[in-house]
Amino acid sequence: MGNFSQLVYLVPLFPLIGFLVNGLLWKRMPKNLGGIIGCVAILASFVVSLGIFFEVKGAGFQPQTKVLFDFIKSGDFYIPLAFQVDALSSLFLLIITGIGFLIHVYSTSYMHHDEGMVKYFAYLNLFVFFMLLLVLGANYLVMFIGWEGVGLCSYLLIGFWFKNKDYTNAGKKAFIMNRIGDLGFLVGLLLILFNFHTLSYYEFFGQLHGSQTIVSTTTYNWIAICLFIGAMGKSAQVPLYTWLPDAMAGPTPVSALIHAATMVTAGIYMIVRSNALYDLAPMALDLVAIVGLITALLAATIALYQNDIKKVLAYSTVSQLGFMFLALGVGAYTTGIFHVMTHAFFKALLFLGAGSVIHAMGGEQDISRMGGLRKKLPITYFTFLIGVLAISGFPFTSGFVSKDEILMAVYEHNKLYFYLAATAAVFTAIYMFRLLMLVFMGGFRGTEDQEHHLHESPAAITIPLVVLALLSLLGGLVQLPHLFGGHDFLNEFLAGAKIPAVVHEGAEATTKELTLLAGTVVGLLIIFIATRKLFAVKQFEGNYTGFKKVLANKWYIDEIYDAIIVKPIEALSNVLDKFAEKKGIDGIVNGVGKTVKWGGERLRLLQSGHVGFYIFIMVFGIVVLFTLSFFWIR
Amino acid sequence: MPVNSTHYLFLSLLLFSIGIMGALMRRNAIIIFMCIELMLNAVNLLLVAFSKIYGDADAQLFVFFIMVVAAAEVAVGLAIIVMMYRKVHSVDINILNRLKH
Repeated sequence: MGNFSQLVYLVPLFPLIGFLVNGLLWKRMPKNLGGIIGCVAILASFVVSLGIFFEVKGAGFQPQTKVLFDFIKSGDFYIPLAFQVDALSSLFLLIITGIGFLIHVYSTSYMHHDEGMVKYFAYLNLFVFFMLLLVLGANYLVMFIGWEGVGLCSYLLIGFWFKNKDYTNAGKKAFIMNRIGDLGFLVGLLLILFNFHTLSYYEFFGQLHGSQTIVSTTTYNWIAICLFIGAMGKSAQVPLYTWLPDAMAGPTPVSALIHAATMVTAGIYMIVRSNALYDLAPMALDLVAIVGLITALLAATIALYQNDIKKVLAYSTVSQLGFMFLALGVGAYTTGIFHVMTHAFFKALLFLGAGSVIHAMGGEQDISRMGGLRKKLPITYFTFLIGVLAISGFPFTSGFVSKDEILMAVYEHNKLYFYLAATAAVFTAIYMFRLLMLVFMGGFRGTEDQEHHLHESPAAITIPLVVLALLSLLGGLVQLPHLFGGHDFLNEFLAGAKIPAVVHEGAEATTKELTLLAGTVVGLLIIFIATRKLFAVKQFEGNYTGFKKVLANKWYIDEIYDAIIVKPIEALSNVLDKFAEKKGIDGIVNGVGKTVKWGGERLRLLQSGHVGFYIFIMVFGIVVLFTLSFFWIR
Repeated sequence: MPVNSTHYLFLSLLLFSIGIMGALMRRNAIIIFMCIELMLNAVNLLLVAFSKIYGDADAQLFVFFIMVVAAAEVAVGLAIIVMMYRKVHSVDINILNRLKH
């Protein structure tokens, strides 16, 4: 193998170049060329990432740190801009650039009618650059730079159609919610810096593993919880998740790339990266598990009664992220990463499929107006079906294997968690099949114009769908349970980055595995038949009542936040505006002006225009000064 | 009566006082101007006298500077007076009073 890890700086460099070229010339760049530049930049990164991946996979590879240049250097305090090359980062490189490339290709077709297409590609490349920086950084500061950068790009892309006020508001909401989490992250970093005098992973974890205990468990807990608050914001966990469903205002490929496959998994990456810290902070780890569980359940129940195709997928994403945190919380770090990977496949697939549907429907996102699209969009239907099967956990698809592993790990940790998580998994299957039935089965419920307009999407859209469908089907093979003749390839690979795994062996595990398998098959069958009866045959029921209405209105969480946080702050700022601003600050500023004006009007009278008088005053003044200096001031 | 350095000082003082009084009491701009020149030259005289007393040539250097500046000042000042005369046909400084709004 070549020495690809030496070229790691190329991976983020290509998207950066793509961003600069497209971003600086976006007004003059032809649309097609802009799209090609964007795609080629990511493809080049992907090729280098592949090389790095195979080198890391090869025998005898040791994790490496590549210092590019000194970032901050002041006395003992030293933070370089350095990249970490190990199993974890190389896996994320592949996910980001691989899926990123497919979504770029998809976007060339999806965004073709948009006047800001080149600008869009510039933002998308910038996002990939920051995301790569996030996963490549060899210390928390570089990660934080990437962390903030992806937040910025997320804001830019959610509000990409900035002429619509709702969309820009959604962008602002995402940005502010993330800011709350980022504050926690920043406090965590400062705590690490204060206690350990370093932000570098290597030195920090080295000190953790060291025999001498420097700080107490309480401090570890605080650091871990602060970092987790950052993850809550970025990865949309309770209570900071409400921005993600609103983030669907952005173009659909953006939802697929940023708000499903990559950016929102940054929190999981961060916690896995800090696994040595979380192992020393049991309380924080419990919190991670509980928050993940609550999020998984809450979002899954909300998704049951959403009518916007992208909102369903958004809540599904929140719910799946909850599953990942649950896995991390019970100590199954590699399983969390595994679910990140499979989720990236099938959720990107589902979002891109939804984009293809929206494209065919001429921008319509309401599933109550769809139905029966199966015949008109065969490729989209088929790939979407695979995505639905994968996320619902149909046996041997990628989602089955990864979710199974999470449930197994949770079962060993806490039975109650297991039953709740299994409930959330059942909900997942229900809302996904409901979506499938409402969109693709039954009769068409839209207008005649829309029906006439229906068409299968072009190749640039269907090819990424097919590739992702294959990945969703086969992605589970890297970690298929031993029972089915599989092997823990992923666990072994990630062991290179010192990430602990939970392994399920023995007769007991086999029994559980078979029980889960049987349960899944029976459950899915029931759900399939039930949803088909409920949604595909009957006319769509428009208005929900009772508890369904509560769910359709997202448990009124947005309204509650509005009432207890947004409204009081607004009231406070109104009061400050009226009194502190208008009377206080304005009063001081205007008062200074008025005093000067008043004084000037009186002093003006001295300027009589009599030159003789001026000279007299001058001479008099000189004499006075002279006398003073002569007699008193010696 | 032999002339010693004290005489120079008193002459200088006398010239300076004449200059001040002239500048204060006259209304003709040209006369005021001449009085200012008189004051400048009184200072020049003083400088030269002290230069002689202390045997230091630095002061004489200042004299040349003052002469040059005075020449420049005269050029500008006279030009202003000429312009003033053209506008108001007078060199009375109290006329300038009208410039105030």
